[in-house]
Amino acid sequence: MKKHIKTRYLGYSIVLYSIMSIILFITVYPFINILAISLNDATDTLRGGIYLAPRKFTLLNYTTVFSFPALPVAALLSVLRTVAGTAAGIICTAMFAYALQQKHFILKKPVSILLLLTLYIGGGIIPDFFLMRSLGLINNFLVYILPGLINAWNVIIVRAYMESIPDSISEAAKMDGAHDFLIFFKIIFPLCAPVIATIGLFIAVGQWNSWFDTFLYCSGEKFLTTLQYELMRIMKNVQTASNADVFRGGMEQGSTMITPQAIQAAITIIATVPILFVYPFVQKHFVRGIQLGAIKE
Amino acid sequence: MKTKTGDNKIDLFQVLKNQKYILIMSIPFVIWLIIFRYIPIWGWIMGFQEFQPGQPVKWVGFAHFIKLFQEPRFYLALRNTFVMSVLNLFSGTIAAITFALFLNEIKFGVFKRTVQTVSYLPYFVSWVIVASIFTKLLALSGPVNELLVHLKLIKAPVSFFGEKEYFWWIHAAINVWKNTGWNAIIYLAAISGINPELYEAARIDGAGRFRRMWHITIPGILPVVIVILIMNIGWLINSGFESQFLLKNYLVIENAEVLDLYVIDYGIKLSRYSYGTAIGIFKSVVSIILVIVANRLARKASVSYIF
Repeated sequence: MKKHIKTRYLGYSIVLYSIMSIILFITVYPFINILAISLNDATDTLRGGIYLAPRKFTLLNYTTVFSFPALPVAALLSVLRTVAGTAAGIICTAMFAYALQQKHFILKKPVSILLLLTLYIGGGIIPDFFLMRSLGLINNFLVYILPGLINAWNVIIVRAYMESIPDSISEAAKMDGAHDFLIFFKIIFPLCAPVIATIGLFIAVGQWNSWFDTFLYCSGEKFLTTLQYELMRIMKNVQTASNADVFRGGMEQGSTMITPQAIQAAITIIATVPILFVYPFVQKHFVRGIQLGAIKE
Repeated sequence: MKTKTGDNKIDLFQVLKNQKYILIMSIPFVIWLIIFRYIPIWGWIMGFQEFQPGQPVKWVGFAHFIKLFQEPRFYLALRNTFVMSVLNLFSGTIAAITFALFLNEIKFGVFKRTVQTVSYLPYFVSWVIVASIFTKLLALSGPVNELLVHLKLIKAPVSFFGEKEYFWWIHAAINVWKNTGWNAIIYLAAISGINPELYEAARIDGAGRFRRMWHITIPGILPVVIVILIMNIGWLINSGFESQFLLKNYLVIENAEVLDLYVIDYGIKLSRYSYGTAIGIFKSVVSIILVIVANRLARKASVSYIF
């Protein structure tokens, strides 16, 4: 009897662990495959059959990517918008949250309502477009920072965290004659480090990943596009071309040719690496963030 | 603290003076909110005009809306939006719950943590990257087709992105790949909140693993599931458009075009700004109605849980 239960349990475990391993593999494999393609000789890739590892190893795809002047600039702009957008977003979100969590703040109610309504209604793509145009933000770097400066969810999360800090701390500082700016920058902001890290990472990932604003507002300016946008463009070109099966025929004769597919693979990896790099350090914060958000919901 | 009516003016002045730093800290953001979030709503008047930049304004009333409701392409876009939203919501929820249930069964801590950490990685990579990877993976000569042919599951490679009938399903599957780990976090939290004594009691009563899962875990997380499903009703018309934009091609456009893509294609590319705005207004109105319905339902659901 006991043995029977044991074998049944063992069988169950084997099935369970196998299923989870398959899920793990399915999650990771797409990245491995594109990495292998990006490190494989471009013409060789066209023969197919690249699964887990490159067959003819080369770094040529990567060096080619960085030899086009447009792509390093795009990468630099992606970094710039991420750094600037995150710094500005953090400060503004925290400051706004600080003002809104003051118990006796005279505008607390109307401003909170003004903020919350933005969660449900927005103008839509075309009115937004005309606003950017009349503000002179078309083909302007500031369009990456300003329109998304504050997000109502983030303000709510930070405000909830600030409300959990005992009043006595800022009250004591006020007794000593500190005004609100001082209290905010010297006391409250540092105390909010965990929640600031959480929303900062969300903002940073959002900045790094966005491409649609470039597509709408900055595609006319050559040196103002971002990495994600350039990747999108190359991908779209490859898609249209491979649907017509142009590339497969045309590239067979060449010996060391670089194909758009290989470039696409290399840029995909370049755009993924920063996420992979920060990921292990920050995923704890992300989880805490979603839990904070869930409580608020 | 009672204030006499006569003191109101002085009080207000005093309050403003006392709160001047708070005011300085918040007024810029109020201005920002008005400019970037409320002026675009004012732009809705375009939907009732024949608007072209630099030309005199011509009012047309509801003409754009009437045109909209006569346009077959609009109904296609509306259908695609709802179908993909509903498909994503259901496939996503079921996948996340299943994954959470499986993960919860794993007792080996290192493996559990590894699986979980890896599982929400795809959530953080952009749709551009995901589309870039999957259009290659599912290409005619891609690894998935080669594997399926090799396993003799299919005779000839399938053109996954070449048949419009497949698009909704592929889109849903990629969504599941991208979001399951992330969506599961909330269900894992709900599972860990279930009282362990319940499992103990069930074990003593002779309930096996699956019975315990069915009779304790699933009822235990059901309130969370219902709340999340209800909350998502409000988003049904906002299916997002990035994934569709990136994964579509001219072969599948009939099933891939959602309302926002219709706006981009018609409103911006063809400069039919007023018509595009009208679509946006329609979307917002439906969205607000859905949010209100969702809130009503949520209230009802929570009432039924109290009793």
